[in-house]
Amino acid sequence: MSRQSGRSSDPRKVSQELFTLTYGSLVSQLVKDYESDEEVNKQLDKMGYNIGIRLVEDFLARSGERRCNDFRETADIIAKSGFKMFLGITPTVSNWSAAGDEFSLVLDNNPLTDFVELPEERSQLNYSNILCGVIRGALETVQMDVNVRFVQDILKGDNQTEIKVKFIKRLEDAVPAGEE
Amino acid sequence: MTVFNLYIFDRNGVCLFYQEWNRHKHSGLSQEEEFKLMYGMIFSIKSFVSRMAPVDFKDGFTSFCTSAYKLHFHETASGLKFVMNTSLNVISIKDELQYIYSALFVEHVVRNPLSKLGQPIDSHIFKTKLDSYIRGLPFFIRST
Repeated sequence: MSRQSGRSSDPRKVSQELFTLTYGSLVSQLVKDYESDEEVNKQLDKMGYNIGIRLVEDFLARSGERRCNDFRETADIIAKSGFKMFLGITPTVSNWSAAGDEFSLVLDNNPLTDFVELPEERSQLNYSNILCGVIRGALETVQMDVNVRFVQDILKGDNQTEIKVKFIKRLEDAVPAGEE
Repeated sequence: MTVFNLYIFDRNGVCLFYQEWNRHKHSGLSQEEEFKLMYGMIFSIKSFVSRMAPVDFKDGFTSFCTSAYKLHFHETASGLKFVMNTSLNVISIKDELQYIYSALFVEHVVRNPLSKLGQPIDSHIFKTKLDSYIRGLPFFIRST
C-alpha cells in the first residue's frame, strides 16, 4: 500500500497526511480500548455522526448548496461536492436500486487508509467507518434519515471500497407546540 | 433606516439567539412566549406560502411588510431560521443573513465544540461579532 509517491510536493496534501495519521492513531487507540471490532465500528460511527451534524453546516455555508429535490441530487452533491471539499476525492456514484432509494459510493482512493494494512484478526473492523457516521449525521441535519454501511473494502481484499447509502425516510420539520 | 431585532431558530423551533437594537415597543409577552409565537407564525407562513403559491418557486417565504416594519426571513438547508425586523426601506438582506450564518454562526458556534447544538448560544465572541456586524450595516442608523 504505497500510494503516497510525490505527495509531499503539494502543500495541501501535507495536511492530508496529518489528517490520515491522526485518524490512524484514533483508530488504533479505539482498538486498544475496545475488545471487539464491532464495538470499534460503533464508536467510529458515533464519532462520525457527531462530526457530520456540524460538518454539514460548514459545508452548506461554504458551498451555498440548497435543499435537494431528490435522492439522486443528494448522491451527486455528496460525491462531487462534499467528498471533494473535505477529502479531495470524488467517489463514483453507482449501483442505484430500482426504487432509486439506494446507491453506492465507490472510492478508488480512500485517503484515510493511505498507510494502513489490516491484520487478519481484524477482519470485522471497518477501518473507515467514521465516514458512514459523517454521512448519516450530515444527511439527518438536512432531514434525511439514511442507513450507511461499508459493503466492500480494499483493506479486506475487495477490489474496491464501496459504501452503500440507503434512504429510509424524510424527517419533517418540528411542528410548534399547540399546532397541528 | 434601521434594524429592530433578530431571532435565530433551529429546526426544532428552539430560539438559539435573540437580540434587539432599536425596538421601541415590546410585545408584553414573556420572552419565551414571544419566541414560540414568532416560530409558530414563521412555520405557518412557510406552509401557507408554499401551498397557496400559484407558480413553482425556489425561495419560498422571504419577507413581509406591514405599514411600519419589514420582517426578513432566511432559512438554510439545515433548517436554521434567521428572522430580522427592519424598517420598511431596507430592500433585501438575504446576503446579510447568509453572511451571519456562514461567517458568524458556523465560524463561532458550529465550529466551537463546547457550544452545544440545539441550545441557546452563549458564545461571547459570536454575540460581540454579530453586534458589531449589525451596527456596521449601511442601513443600521440608530434613531435616538
